[in-house]
Amino acid sequence: MEWETVIGLEVHVQLATKSKIFSGASTAFGAEPNSQACAVDLGLPGILPVVNEQAVAMAVQFGLAVHADIPEVSVFDRKNYFYPDLPKGYQTSQMYHPIVGPGSIDVTLEDHSTRKIRIHHAHLEEDAGKSLHEDIHGMTGIDLNRAGTPLLEIVSEPDMRSAKEAAAYLKAIHSIVTYLGISDGNMAEGSMRCDVNVSVRPKGQESFGTRAEVKNVNSFRFVERAIAFEVDRQIELIEDGGKVVQETRLYDPERDETRSMRTKEEANDYRYFPCPDLLPVVLDQAYVDHLREQLPELPADKRERFQNGLGLSAYDAHVLSASRAVADYFEEVMDVCGDAKQAANWVQGELSGALNRENLNIEQSPVNARQLGELVVRVIDGTINGKAAKQVFQALWNNQGASADEVIDAKGLKQVTDSGAIEAMIDQVIADSPAQVAQYCDAEPDKRGKMIGYFVGQVMKASRGTANPQQVNTLLKEKLDAKL
Amino acid sequence: MHDKTLTQVAAALASGEVSSRELTAHYLKRIEQTNRQLNSFISVTSEQALQQADQADQARASGDAGLLTGVPLALKDIFCTQGVKTSCGSRMLDNFIAPYDAHVVEKLKAAGCVSLGKTNMDEFAMGSSNENSYYGAVKNPWDVTAVPGGSSGGSAAAVAAGITPAALGTDTGGSIRQPAAFCGITGLKPTYGRVSRYGMIAYASSLDQAGPMARSAEDCAHLLNVMAGQDLRDSTSVARGVPDYTETLNAPLSGLKIGLPKEYFGDGLDPGVEKAVREAVKIYEALGATVKEVSLPHTHFAIPAYYVIAPAEASSNLSRFDGVRFGHRCDDPQDLVDLYKRSRAEGFGDEVKRRILIGTHTLSEGFFDAYYTKAQQVRRLIRQDFLDAFEDVDVLMGPASPTPAFDIGAKKDPVSMYLQDIYTIAVNLAGIPGISVPAGRVGHRPVGLQILGTHFAEAQLLNVAHQFQKATDWHQQRPSFAEEKA
Repeated sequence: MEWETVIGLEVHVQLATKSKIFSGASTAFGAEPNSQACAVDLGLPGILPVVNEQAVAMAVQFGLAVHADIPEVSVFDRKNYFYPDLPKGYQTSQMYHPIVGPGSIDVTLEDHSTRKIRIHHAHLEEDAGKSLHEDIHGMTGIDLNRAGTPLLEIVSEPDMRSAKEAAAYLKAIHSIVTYLGISDGNMAEGSMRCDVNVSVRPKGQESFGTRAEVKNVNSFRFVERAIAFEVDRQIELIEDGGKVVQETRLYDPERDETRSMRTKEEANDYRYFPCPDLLPVVLDQAYVDHLREQLPELPADKRERFQNGLGLSAYDAHVLSASRAVADYFEEVMDVCGDAKQAANWVQGELSGALNRENLNIEQSPVNARQLGELVVRVIDGTINGKAAKQVFQALWNNQGASADEVIDAKGLKQVTDSGAIEAMIDQVIADSPAQVAQYCDAEPDKRGKMIGYFVGQVMKASRGTANPQQVNTLLKEKLDAKL
Repeated sequence: MHDKTLTQVAAALASGEVSSRELTAHYLKRIEQTNRQLNSFISVTSEQALQQADQADQARASGDAGLLTGVPLALKDIFCTQGVKTSCGSRMLDNFIAPYDAHVVEKLKAAGCVSLGKTNMDEFAMGSSNENSYYGAVKNPWDVTAVPGGSSGGSAAAVAAGITPAALGTDTGGSIRQPAAFCGITGLKPTYGRVSRYGMIAYASSLDQAGPMARSAEDCAHLLNVMAGQDLRDSTSVARGVPDYTETLNAPLSGLKIGLPKEYFGDGLDPGVEKAVREAVKIYEALGATVKEVSLPHTHFAIPAYYVIAPAEASSNLSRFDGVRFGHRCDDPQDLVDLYKRSRAEGFGDEVKRRILIGTHTLSEGFFDAYYTKAQQVRRLIRQDFLDAFEDVDVLMGPASPTPAFDIGAKKDPVSMYLQDIYTIAVNLAGIPGISVPAGRVGHRPVGLQILGTHFAEAQLLNVAHQFQKATDWHQQRPSFAEEKA
């Protein structure tokens, strides 16, 4: 039987607010345990929450970016359950009236086709703390630094049909939230976490199969792996005459498998009800319009502009617009050098190669966009040739100069275009290579073109790469042909 | 000295007749003499009180005193007080030293008030008799075999016995007004949102409100002046200017339209209480008010609606008491679930457990709509009843409680206890203000007249109560207990 996979994602995005969603404590990552938890985060008796306006604004911006309805009124609810890292015994979330209503995202797949994935809603909630099980002498420690960190939970419709689509959707979300600057999108630090709902059904069947929810899927790669495992498991189960049970499963990246955490029967009754300590959030149209005006250019618009406005290839436009950091870098290089294609080539080629080799992201690049732009300017205006440009790039990468011009001067890489100087070097090479000259003269005319490469190499070497290659070519040909 | 109202105490301090230290020492001594019998205080903060008194005297000497500088008062043990045990009447918090001051505590400190200590209360403010305290029942100073009412029973008894000039209480379903009535003092529950709840340990967040308990409406006006106002730490506190509540105390009452809700004079009302209330209304007529009967048709739904909404919120609010970070923790927990179960089983008393169970049930899947959603609909109807009535009349009057104070141990059945709040509970559901003023006695036991106004009508309620107190002396009468121990 042919099977179809149905996937829906719940993505938790940590919002990049300065302080927590209901308190003034800092949200910075990595501080000493419990050093960033105030009375509100500790759930002390008598404390009250106050909504962080920045978190509300960020959620609305996300909603606007995915063309969602922004309801005038949203309400915080309490989700009640006991857990040691949940200080109040409830999580403040939004169950019935979320801040962002239905929307959609166009997701670009590997073949550059796009698919529309609908978003059911997105809601604000507070994160819990962390239980620490190591180094506490057999006891469990509680770190409440993360408690109260604002999260935007983005819930998709079950619109994805493959692991690749799910990963592409997650990347699109990542791209949007980082473009908006509402999250740092750092998956390793848990700024984006993902629960995956997976089910299978016979191809052609309209009703959905029973789904499993896979928790703790925290990278693009794991999303694909977890889905692949889950799909195989479910199909095998059904084909062996079994039934998929509705349950929560945990993805274990080390063993690359999902394991049952709890079944539906064991699920908590969270006893949601409106939080009486918080007023409903009421957004007036002027406020929403104001946020709309402040939206930056979003990835889809940028891709469109790169391709149709700047004339980049579909591939380049997609890659260069996928992250705001890369797009900003590229656009700065382009602004400095004034040539989109050259800028794209350098960012995609030399820079991206070097970053990959050293496993850096673009924000960590030792060569900044202005430096690269100035380097490209010198290529375009002929000051240096392509070969020298690579040397200059390497020097900048190794911090052997503050600017392209400085490196060019220091290393004497300025392209030699003085034909007198080039001729002198050519004459020297010809004089030093009598055997090669003889071979050249004896060769069939159609082979000579290839043989000239040797002489070009020698001249470039003599010029330490600075001679203008076109000039070298032309003059060499003239001089060698004169020997015939 | 302890016969003085808070207003008189403030005047004595201002004239130099007495120093804050003398006053404070006097009241501390009275607490010491009476507390064994009355049990109205859980904690007495003598050292801190005398320190604050000295500071107040210094401030006064340097010309830096406000109206309430150096005035001693007591705080219901539901208000967090920095460095002082804040038990909420529960074993659960018997070891809890609050690391911060509640908003109203900050405000009173800033006004120069001296805190004598923390008063006894029903555990987590759940009760109408003060018998639900981990620290034992409080006695009514008018008759020590009677309850003082609850949940702010310690505050009410302490004021009535003259061991503090005034106290703060909280009112979720009548917890200021009913004990004020039982103890013959004046107690005001402000409009929901008038006073910040920050630092007040939550029972039912959408109903809880702090208010003053004192000898007279004038005293309450002075205290409300300090307590009221928006606090950005409480999202439900309202951004609305605070008038000087003492300014309008003497406005004449001629033309005042009083409504008597017929539902407040029905079955179950003690004849002695009814007589006292009707006589009080006659005094208002003599002061120029007109009286008419009105109806609050959904009154009989108030108790059922309250006992869905309040326990629902309480079940969630009290989840933080889990033995993990603060409060009572059982010995030698075997695992996490054992830690939760035993800490909570040992830490909470029966009434608190009962309400947590009710609330957990009503919020459960499959029951939520039938209980919680329905109760919220009823709540809107009850609120509308009041708004409709206030289209017609300025204030409503009736008894604060269907009976005078009952005997300690008399009400064993929770439902008969819940029915105590029949006239007070709807007020919290509607969010409107109410005040109870002494208006007579049945035998030894006082009767409270309850006066209700529309949202933010505190100034009017205080004015109406003050005029009554100018025409009567019920509020000046003291239990013999206060005299004996003098």
